[in-house]
Amino acid sequence: MSRRSNPTDQGTTPRRGSAMGRVVRSGVARRRVQAIVMGVAAMVAVTAMIVAGSLMIAASAPFDHAFAQQHGPHVIAQIDESKAGAAQITATGRLAGVTGTAGPYRTVTLNPLDSNGNKMGTLTMVGRSTAGGALDDLTLDSGHWATEPGEVVLSTDFENGPFALGAKLSSSDSAGATALTIVGFARSVSQSAEGWLAPAQVDAFRAAGAPGTVQMMYRFASAGTTAQINADREELGAALPTGALLGAQSYLDTRLAADESSAAQVPFITAIGALGLLMSVIIVASVVSGAVGASLRRIGILKSIGFTPGQVVRAYVAQALIPTAVGAAAGVLLGNALVLPLLHDAQQAFGTGALSVTWWVSPVAPLAVLSLVALSALAPALRAGRLRTVDVIATGRTPRGGRGQRAHGVSPARRAWGGIAARLPLPRPVTLGLAAPFARPVRTAGMLAAVVFGTMAATFAVGLTSSLSAIGVAESPGSGVAVIVDTGGHGLMTMQHPKGSGAVSVKVTSETIARVGSVVAAQSGTASSYGMAITESTAQGVSGAVRTTLYQGDSSLTATELVAGHWLTGPGQVVLPTHFLQSSGKRIGDALTLTVRGESVSLRIVGEAFAPANGGMNVFAELSDFSAVRPAIQVELYGVTLKPGVSAQEYAAPLNTALEPLGAQVIPGGNGGAHASITMLEAMAGLLTLMLVVVAGLGVLNAVVLDTRERVRDLGVCKALGMTPRQTIAQVLASVAGLGVVGGIIGVPAGVALHVFVMPIVGQAAGTGLTTPMLSVYQLGELGLLGLGGVTIALLGAMAPAGWAAKVRTAVALRTE
Amino acid sequence: MGNVIELAEATKRYDEVDAPALGPLTLAVAEGEALAIVGPSGSGKSTLLNLIAGLDKPTVGTVSVGGERIDNLGESALARFRRDRIGMVFQFFNLLDDLTVLDNVLLPAQLAGAPRRASAQRAAELLDTLGIAKHSRAYPGRLSGGERQRVAVARALINRPALLLADEPTGALDSASGQEVRELLLDLHRGGQTIVLVTHDLALAEACASRMIRLVDGMVAEDRSCGRTAHTYADAQPVKAAVKAAVNAAAMAAVGSAQNPDVAR
Repeated sequence: MSRRSNPTDQGTTPRRGSAMGRVVRSGVARRRVQAIVMGVAAMVAVTAMIVAGSLMIAASAPFDHAFAQQHGPHVIAQIDESKAGAAQITATGRLAGVTGTAGPYRTVTLNPLDSNGNKMGTLTMVGRSTAGGALDDLTLDSGHWATEPGEVVLSTDFENGPFALGAKLSSSDSAGATALTIVGFARSVSQSAEGWLAPAQVDAFRAAGAPGTVQMMYRFASAGTTAQINADREELGAALPTGALLGAQSYLDTRLAADESSAAQVPFITAIGALGLLMSVIIVASVVSGAVGASLRRIGILKSIGFTPGQVVRAYVAQALIPTAVGAAAGVLLGNALVLPLLHDAQQAFGTGALSVTWWVSPVAPLAVLSLVALSALAPALRAGRLRTVDVIATGRTPRGGRGQRAHGVSPARRAWGGIAARLPLPRPVTLGLAAPFARPVRTAGMLAAVVFGTMAATFAVGLTSSLSAIGVAESPGSGVAVIVDTGGHGLMTMQHPKGSGAVSVKVTSETIARVGSVVAAQSGTASSYGMAITESTAQGVSGAVRTTLYQGDSSLTATELVAGHWLTGPGQVVLPTHFLQSSGKRIGDALTLTVRGESVSLRIVGEAFAPANGGMNVFAELSDFSAVRPAIQVELYGVTLKPGVSAQEYAAPLNTALEPLGAQVIPGGNGGAHASITMLEAMAGLLTLMLVVVAGLGVLNAVVLDTRERVRDLGVCKALGMTPRQTIAQVLASVAGLGVVGGIIGVPAGVALHVFVMPIVGQAAGTGLTTPMLSVYQLGELGLLGLGGVTIALLGAMAPAGWAAKVRTAVALRTE
Repeated sequence: MGNVIELAEATKRYDEVDAPALGPLTLAVAEGEALAIVGPSGSGKSTLLNLIAGLDKPTVGTVSVGGERIDNLGESALARFRRDRIGMVFQFFNLLDDLTVLDNVLLPAQLAGAPRRASAQRAAELLDTLGIAKHSRAYPGRLSGGERQRVAVARALINRPALLLADEPTGALDSASGQEVRELLLDLHRGGQTIVLVTHDLALAEACASRMIRLVDGMVAEDRSCGRTAHTYADAQPVKAAVKAAVNAAAMAAVGSAQNPDVAR
C-alpha cells in the first residue's frame, strides 16, 4: 500500500489501480494536524525507546560490556624485572590455560606535581607505544597517544580540574624533574594504570633511578570464579622465579568495584525508561485509534462507492503508518543524537570504557512503534470495515441525524453535570466548556490519561532530581570543608588511587603531624578543624579487612548522612553503613569489637550511615579509641572550615608556607562537585520528563483537535448566536481545564507514590538505607505547582485548536457536515 | 419608518476569475418589512443573508444594519452585533443537542451577559407564547421538527433583535410542521418584526413576506411587493392574540435596542 503512495503522484492524472493510494494520500493530506501529531508522537516514542533502551542496556552490565569491548585481561601482573628475565616473562604466555597475553610493558612509579604545583600522589605509569593491544585495548577519550618523550596520557579519572589537554605536569618535586605534557586521556576498564608514557620516556625515568616493574596481562581459559583466578595466579607465580610476581590484580575485583558504583543507577534508569516507554505506547495507541475513529464518515462514503471492508482497513492502517513512519525515522536520528552525550555521562558514571548505542535498538525501536501503530489502527479500522455502510454514514454525520438520535439518550451523568455546569456562577462559554468532557467519555478518558501521565512523570522527575541531589550531597560528606591539609602521613591522592605509598622529601613523623594540627588550629581564619586517618580493621561478624575512617576533633563537619541514630559524639562510639549492619547482623545499640593492627576495642554502634562507597563496608570511629596502636596510625589530613569572609585562597597561601617545613600541603576547595552519575541521571530524567510532557500535551492537542472538528458546527451555531472569538477560546480551554485539574489531582499523588515505591528499591540495589532528605523530597508548595502542571499541560495542548476554533469562519462552520 | 438594512453596491467574490457570487447589489429593507429572498441554487441567496448577518463580508461595497456599518467590524464586534441585533433561524434548526430546550433558548442572552432572572423570565414567556413551554426541560432530540424550529425561533428572539433572519426555515420540515412555522413567521411579521427570509418555497414567500426579491446569478431579477397574498393567508388563519402581543412587545423593544445598542447588553 505504502509503495503506491508516492507523494509526488499527488495532483497528477489519476492512474488506474491507484484508487487506494490516492485515498490514503488525500486522507493524510486532509488531516494534517492529526498526521503531524501522530508523526511527532511516533518520533517521541522512538526517541524515548532508543534513549531509555540504550541506557538500560548500558546500565544492566556496564562493566561486562566495556570489559568485552576492550578485551580486558583476567589478570594484570606486576613482575620484578630484577628477578625474572625477559625470556622467562614471555614464556608465561605459553603456560597451559593462558589464552592471550599482552605486554610486557615497563612501568615506572612517579610522584608528580600538577600544573599548580600540587602533589598528585603516587602514580603508576605504563610505557606503551599504542593505545591498542591484544588485551586492554584502551579507549582514547580525547587528544592523542603519547609517542614522544615528554608526553603523557592520563586516565580519564583525571579528566577534570587542573588536568586539561596541554597542561604540564612535573615528574617529581625534585630540581631535575622532567616536564610532561598531557596529550590525551584514555580509559582502561581494567584500571591497568593511572597514566601512560612513551616506552622511551619510561626507560629514561628508570635509567634515572625511578622504581618500577613490568606489567604483563593475561587471559585464561577458566577465569569465571575467584577460585579459578587464584589457581591461575598460583600457576603464574610458580612459573616465575620466587618473589618475581609482585602482584596480580583480578578483573573480578575491578568488576566488583565498578558494579557497586553503578548498581544504584540501574533502578532509576529502569523506572524512568519504563515510564517513558509506557507513556509512548499509550499516546501512540490513543492518537492513532482516535484518528481512525474520527474518519468514520469518510470510511462510509468510501464503502458506499465500492471499497471492500478489507480495502478500508488497509487504507486506514496505511494512513496511520505514513506519518508515523516519517516520525519514527526522525526519532531514530534524534534518539541517537540525544543518547550519545548521555552515554558519555554514563561512561563517566560507570567508570567503564566507551559505551555505544546497542546496534539493534535503532531498528527495533521504530519497528516496535510502527507495529503498535498498525495494531492500534487495526482495531477501529476493522470495526469501521465491518459496519454497515448506512450506519457508518449516519454515525459519521455528527451534527445532525446521528446527533438527534444520540441526544435521545443523553446520559444521566451528562445531563446532571450539564445541568450543574450551566448553573455555576461562571460565564456561559466557560460552563459550556466545562460540560463538554461528558460528551465523549472515551476520548475524555484518553485525554485524562495523557494529563495524568504527564503530571506523574513531572512529579516523579522532580522528586528523583531532589533525591539525587540529596544523594550527591551525602556521597561527598564534608562539602562544607573549605580547605584540606595533607599531612603527608599517607598522601591525599592515595584515597582515590589506593596504590603504593607516599614519598615526600620531608621526613613526616607523628610529631610533625601533631604540629601540623596545632598550626592549623592556631592559624588565623580557622573556624574549626578535624583530623582524619584511614586504616583497615577487622570486625566480628564480617570477613576480610574493612576500610576504617578514624576522626580526631569535631568530625560532625564531615559526618555522612545518617539513616538512623546519630553521628559520633565522643569516644567508644562507632557509626556503620547499612550494608555493614545487615551483613554483620548488628543493630544500633549493639557492641562491636574492632581490631586494628592486633589491638581490639569494643565500641557501641550509635548510628546507621548512608555510605555506599566500598560496597557499604566502612567503619567510622574516633581516633582516640585506638591510642594503643598510635603512632602506627597517623592523621592523614585535616579538614578546615573558615571563619565568615575568609577566602580559601587567601587562607591557604600563608598556611602553606607555615606547613612546608613539616612536609604538609594545603589543598583549597575541599570536596564537592556533582558526581558524573548524578549529572547523567538528572539529565536523563529531565530529558525523558520533557518528552513525556510534550507527548502528554500532544495527546491533549490531538483529542481537542478531534473534538473541535466534530463540534465545529456547534461552534458555528454559537458564533452565529453572538459568541465572540475570546468566548470561543474560553469555551475550548474550559473544556480541558477541568480535565487538567482532575489530572493534576490524580497525577501528583501517583508521581509521589512512584517515587516512594522506586526509592527503596534503589537503596536496596545500592545496599544502603536512604536518609530522610533523600526520601521526603516534596514540599507542599512544590506539589501545588506540580498539580497546576496538569492544567498547564491541558491548556497548552488545547491552545492551538482553541485558536483555530475562534478563527474558523462562522459561515463555513455552519456549512460543515 | 427608517431602513433596518442598507446595502450599497455590495459585491461578494469568492475568487478573482469567476463572476461575483453576489452583486453589485443595492438594497434597502424598511423597519417592519418582511423580505423574502428567492431564487435557484447558487443565485446568491445565502451569500446575501450571510452579508446581512455579518457572517461574511462584501468584497466591495457596504452593508449597514440598524444604521451601523458592519462590513468593517472585527470578529468580536461582529459577534456582539449578532447577539444584540440579529436573531437567526436555520433550515436544520442548529440547536445544541446536549442542552435542554430552555438552555438553548437562554444561550444568546447568556453570551450577552444579560441578567439571569430577566433572561429566564423572557425565555419562559417566549416558550409559553410559542406553545413549547411543556418541553422546556426536554432535549431537542425528543422534539418534532416543527417544535425544534419553534425552539430555534424562541432562541432567535430572546435578545429582542431588530432583525430576524430565516434561512429556509421550513426546508427540513414535513408539510404539517412547515405550516406551523409559516404561521409563526406570519404572526411575527404582523406583530411588527422585521424579517429577512431566504427560501426556495414561493408559497412560503408569498404567505409570509410583504416584499419579495428574486435573485438570478447574484443580481436582483425581480423586486415586488407581495402583501396581498399575505393578507389572504392571514384572513384564513386568525392570529392568536397572545402571539401578537408578545411579538409586538419584542418589536417595540427591538426598535429601542436598535436606537440604543446598550439596552440589550
